Amino acid sequence: MTVITDALCPFCGCVCDDLTIVVENNKITDIKNACKLGAAKIMGHHRIEAPMMRADKKSDFKEVSYEEAINEAAQILFKSKRPLMFGWASALCEVHKKGILLAEEVGAIIDNTATVCHAPSTLAVHEKGLPTATLGQIKNRSDVVVFWGSNPVHAHPRHMGRYSVFAKGFFQEKGRKGRKVIVVDVRKTETAGMADEFVQVQQGSDYLVISALRAILSGHADVVPESVGGISKEQLVKLVDTLKAAKFGSIFFGMGLTQSISRYKNIDNAISLITELNAFTKYVISPMRGHYNVTGFGQVCSWETGFATAVDFARGAPYYNPGETAANDVLLRKETDAAMIIAGDAGAHFPADSVRHLARIPVVQIDPYWNATTEVSNVVIPVAICGVEVEGTAYRMDGVSLRMRKMIEPTLPTDVEVLERITERVRELRGE
Amino acid sequence: MTLNAILITGRTINQGATIENKTSPDYQEATALCELNSKDIGILGIKPGNQISVKTDHGEVVVKIKENNGNPDGMAFIPMGPWANAVVDPDTKGCGMPGFKGIKAEIKPTDNKILSMKELIARYK
Repeated sequence: MTVITDALCPFCGCVCDDLTIVVENNKITDIKNACKLGAAKIMGHHRIEAPMMRADKKSDFKEVSYEEAINEAAQILFKSKRPLMFGWASALCEVHKKGILLAEEVGAIIDNTATVCHAPSTLAVHEKGLPTATLGQIKNRSDVVVFWGSNPVHAHPRHMGRYSVFAKGFFQEKGRKGRKVIVVDVRKTETAGMADEFVQVQQGSDYLVISALRAILSGHADVVPESVGGISKEQLVKLVDTLKAAKFGSIFFGMGLTQSISRYKNIDNAISLITELNAFTKYVISPMRGHYNVTGFGQVCSWETGFATAVDFARGAPYYNPGETAANDVLLRKETDAAMIIAGDAGAHFPADSVRHLARIPVVQIDPYWNATTEVSNVVIPVAICGVEVEGTAYRMDGVSLRMRKMIEPTLPTDVEVLERITERVRELRGE
Repeated sequence: MTLNAILITGRTINQGATIENKTSPDYQEATALCELNSKDIGILGIKPGNQISVKTDHGEVVVKIKENNGNPDGMAFIPMGPWANAVVDPDTKGCGMPGFKGIKAEIKPTDNKILSMKELIARYK
């Protein structure tokens, strides 16, 4: 029996680094400190055991060798005029590096799961920058914490305990008692139930509410109507007073802002609010990133290509224009003629029309698990699980890079090995 | 018997805990559902656990009804996943992000079966 202490969790953007893992005969038999999400992933489920292929997507898969599957994957990418390589968030930075190289060599569009998550936040950061802090700073200092359109009780179960609400910090010795917690949401979530104040905004009105807060903050409460986005002016004025009274305020935002009607403009406006609050006191803003290494893909893609995601290599040089080059854009325009889906599940998390197009084109899947993407795939290549069976680098939601540990030995090839072999085969097909 | 609602989608703990196990009954149990408050469920004249059809301009899907009194009147929530994505607005509004929240939906009781993940995706082939 081996006990691994201080293991890191490969589920959500919190990347909790205090797990204890018990291993017997290369099997994980017990986990301590993990939440329900992390424990479910680390304990594992039914894996795909061997590569599979089929020509017709309505027929059953046949098991094939890795060599056959890798050759077919390379053929599909080589023949494609407009390939899409999507996913990446459940893989390590070392995988991203290999993927971006392959994307460049086949002239693909490479995009990650942020496209249906925080990619609009990146667009807002282009406009306004990001006054932010590490979770450690927030734990040690923050006395006013706002969750806006985010629900950590469900999506990041240990965030409040480890970093933002209940955690005791160097200058926040009282933990929860020393912090004022505000939740802004369209419905009373479990997170809202734990807050000191719940601000219920009408769906799609966040931009209006942020604008009203900015007007009040800048001394123009007179122009604010009696009710904005379902919130009374009285509550908004009180909210501004609370925000201004902070010594160190933090706003954590989620899909409630990035997926609602104004998309990235909501974040743009929220960052402006933070900038303006910094004229009175210290404020930071931070996205609640979903997958454990979705932030890492943005980092690797930025240093390799100059852009965080939705990078189009068709011109031979990186080109980036979400709205034109994001995964759903090219699928909905039926422009993509082949796809590789890796460490992400487009089949489950893209709108029906995008999945309909995936069902019409050759699809290669690289993933440990059978999921909705498998249902529309032609070639399926199972791999080892990053962060459980493979060590490497991941970036926590606040941009802190962490070394994920290997808990057990892999029994299948890693993503890096599979991508290297596909790249090698593509080069052979090109006569290089 | 018909409820006009605004649909939002998002994460839940049970959806997340089964996300790597999408062929399992647990994933369907966690994800093929729609949360409404008890008043709205009353308008439909049915009980939690009954089936409803959620229809939008973009599609129609059958899911199970679940009570969540945190929802304001007229707000429907379906956990992210294949069932929610059968009815969300694909328009990326020029920034790459489809419309996963704020979709007008018509909700009705139904006796139709809830499709499994495989059956749901098979409709797209």
